Amino acid sequence: MIATLEATQNLQRASFGTVVASLEAVSKNYDEVRALRSVNFTVRAGEVVALLGPNGAGKTTAVKLLLGLMQPNSGNARVFGGDPTNPQNRMRTGAMLQVGKVPETLRVWEHIDLFSSYYPKPMPLADVLAAAGLEKLGDRKFGDLSGGQRQRTLFALAICGNPDLLFLDEPTVGLDVEARRALWEEIRRLVERGKTVLLTTHYLEEADALADRIAVINQGEIIAEGTPAEIKAQTSGKRIRCITSLSLASLFQLPGVTDARQDREAVEIHAREAEPVVRALLTRDPSLSGLEITSAGLEEAFLALTQDNGEKASRNN
Amino acid sequence: MSTAAAVLSNTQIERSPRHTATVYLKEAKYEFLKNLRLRVYTASVISFPLMFYVLFGLVLNAKESIGNTHVPTYLIATYGTFGVMGASLFGTASGLAADRGLGWLQVKRASPMPPFAYFAAKVILSMIFSAIVVSLLLVLGISFGGVRMPLAEMAKLLGTLVAGSLPFSAMGLAIGYFVGPNSAPAAINLIYLPMSFCSGLWVPYTFLPRFVRQIALGLPPYHLSQLALGTVGAGATQSIAIHWEVLLAFTLICLGIARIGFQRDQGKLYG
Repeated sequence: MIATLEATQNLQRASFGTVVASLEAVSKNYDEVRALRSVNFTVRAGEVVALLGPNGAGKTTAVKLLLGLMQPNSGNARVFGGDPTNPQNRMRTGAMLQVGKVPETLRVWEHIDLFSSYYPKPMPLADVLAAAGLEKLGDRKFGDLSGGQRQRTLFALAICGNPDLLFLDEPTVGLDVEARRALWEEIRRLVERGKTVLLTTHYLEEADALADRIAVINQGEIIAEGTPAEIKAQTSGKRIRCITSLSLASLFQLPGVTDARQDREAVEIHAREAEPVVRALLTRDPSLSGLEITSAGLEEAFLALTQDNGEKASRNN
Repeated sequence: MSTAAAVLSNTQIERSPRHTATVYLKEAKYEFLKNLRLRVYTASVISFPLMFYVLFGLVLNAKESIGNTHVPTYLIATYGTFGVMGASLFGTASGLAADRGLGWLQVKRASPMPPFAYFAAKVILSMIFSAIVVSLLLVLGISFGGVRMPLAEMAKLLGTLVAGSLPFSAMGLAIGYFVGPNSAPAAINLIYLPMSFCSGLWVPYTFLPRFVRQIALGLPPYHLSQLALGTVGAGATQSIAIHWEVLLAFTLICLGIARIGFQRDQGKLYG
């Protein structure tokens, strides 16, 4: 076991930086809905990439295309340089997807035993249970597990085959803070062993905690990409609150405004920088009152970034 | 990309035939365990045919005959067909509809599971439960209904009915691809129960009204029940070959429909 682990790690060190999964100008439509619009995206060996975006942004679609569960309308999805549906590629990938219902009458170890059998060199059962924090729950039937334990079991199924590439679609959705952090630790341990991970999330904090690189996706388009620090720099901004007679539409025209909304008697404006907006506001509306400027929180700023993009897109439609 | 392909081609993995056999075996084993522990499945699939048999074959008509055949013997063939049909339809359709509709099948498809193993497991499960139902009917008939038949005849009856699980498993796969997870049991019953009645599985074929008897000629359970009755010397006049041919044709049609569903799923999102 140790020998094979080392072999895998050496292989990965040798090929570090190789593209292991990519979307090349991929578009995917569901009837009228354009889930992905000409997306280009790559994951390289040994890195952790987070696909960050709100619900319905196209994250799950991207993952399913890379897993070969659906075909793009145009463009190519590739894994290990080839077709994601190729069984040999599937033997090197593991996936954690959002599932409505898992067979409830099978025990945790039985689920793992079955999925392990699909792979050529699976991890020993005890190791899988330990890695997923399920040591004491192996004999439990799936139906008797709590939400967090179910997520951990799905995680166990993703890793049991000792795959080189892992897709984790919203791995911590529905988990409490403690369970979320425990799963983060488990993902970090996988990364230490040289695995490549693509995870999707709608928590900036999660992407920040785990990823080497973040791609922000909204309305089927990748709107920002970079290291967590770069993304944070792009998404951080200021929140300006004031009472003004200017219309929302005109506020959107001001320099650097990413969002503007009515909040009771006042308006709330999100902008990359406060000064140009405030200067313009005071010039255009001498009667402006109740001015407050605060730094937007990370989550909030990220939300502003994606919402701004979404509104522009829907206006264009 | 060419260097990537070169690096990666070193790591091609083949699954040995022995490994493949292990996957199929485990898939079938866990499919069996999953359903065995599912009380809804075992209760409806096993207890209904047995209850009917006890009531109509042992409690009520035990001394009667249909044609020259003792009722408890006759009804093993017809309730056996009924049981096989239930075990096969519920064994395939409801599981498939739920797995498809609620995302579990996507998890399995994303894994390196050989796709055929998934379907094979469901068919094997249906055959095992069919064998269990028919065996229990035989045990009841022999113990309490005075059923006597040579061992060879018993084996032939059991073999015929278990083979008869195949057309209904195929039908279940076709249904499972075109109904939602919640409507699956209702949809199955809507087909299963009227079909059973019209095929003479509840009321013996000869006692059915004439127009129902004509409908029966087009229904697969009628043909399976006639084959089963044939093994105990109570078959109708048609040749055995015709019954097998109808069942074979029906199986192929159902597999064709299931295949359409399978291919449609490859390009579609569920859940």
